[in-house]
Amino acid sequence: MIDNQRLVEEIGGNFGEKVRQFEENFGMLTFSTSPEHLTEVVAFLKDHPVLKFIFLTDITGVHFPDNEGAEFCAVYMMHSWENRIRLRIKVFLPKENPVVPSLTPLFKGANWMERETFDFFGIVFSGHPNLKRILNMEDMDYHPMRKEYALEDPTRNDKIDDLFGR
Amino acid sequence: MTDAPPGYEGSGFFATSLDKVIGIARSNSLWPLPFATSCCGIEFMATMGSHYDISRFGAERPSFSPRQADLLLVMGTIAKKMAPVVKQVYLQMAEPRWVVAVGACASSGGIFDTYSVLQGIDRIIPVDVYVPGCPPRPEQILDGLMQVQELAKSESLRRRNDEQYRALLESYNILEKR
Repeated sequence: MIDNQRLVEEIGGNFGEKVRQFEENFGMLTFSTSPEHLTEVVAFLKDHPVLKFIFLTDITGVHFPDNEGAEFCAVYMMHSWENRIRLRIKVFLPKENPVVPSLTPLFKGANWMERETFDFFGIVFSGHPNLKRILNMEDMDYHPMRKEYALEDPTRNDKIDDLFGR
Repeated sequence: MTDAPPGYEGSGFFATSLDKVIGIARSNSLWPLPFATSCCGIEFMATMGSHYDISRFGAERPSFSPRQADLLLVMGTIAKKMAPVVKQVYLQMAEPRWVVAVGACASSGGIFDTYSVLQGIDRIIPVDVYVPGCPPRPEQILDGLMQVQELAKSESLRRRNDEQYRALLESYNILEKR
């Protein structure tokens, strides 16, 4: 039976200073690493003979506008079918250079999830074979899920006060 | 059965204007193209079914090819990414063509007041009838269809060739400005 304690020992023991901020949220182990170590950490978890985190459940992003120097966060969720356990990896990135290596060499499924994260947050996945917008219109010139826009554009004229009671 | 238009009747002949005859024919054989993207489309399925039965109004044949459709029924939220598709479908329809915006989303964007949703299809194509509701009941969709029937019945045969109509299409960049 693999539990979070065992995971911390395995990952912490193997990577030492490269992984940090271990915590448990609702029973799910979470830790962070740096962009340059992400690929080796994920490859370790995937290829480990016992842990077998062979499924990359999700990739998403978060924007913390007040978190100086680490405004963006790429979040990876992995699942070990055999051991019935999940974990979450966070990679914090500065807003000047939100670049993280693509996981497409390890997981084919990372392709669209990374495109989505790029689309909504502007996080760049270096080495991605086809990093372009996936859900929004291609001529959109911003990343809509960033917390840097007014809730409503005051100059818009497509909703009229008379009709919509604003 | 529809009533005969006003005209002169004698033994063996009936005289009326061509406009009216064609108007009656068109309004009682509107071929709708359902462009359904969400819950309004489900209401339209009920409208097509035996209980509400849109065929009673001559819209017997939902056309899934825009080339053979007279009436574009846009039902549901149209994302901005979908807008060029709606416009292309409209462009592929032959004149005379009518458009009904069914439900709040197609009419105004509805509750989806957000960056990714088109705030009403009348931003890309001209709309003849708006059906309110979220979603509208089948009765309301039928009422919208009957409004289009009235438009078709009373429309002048010259309308689609006149300057006003051309200006309307030019304002949507459907026809090039002269």
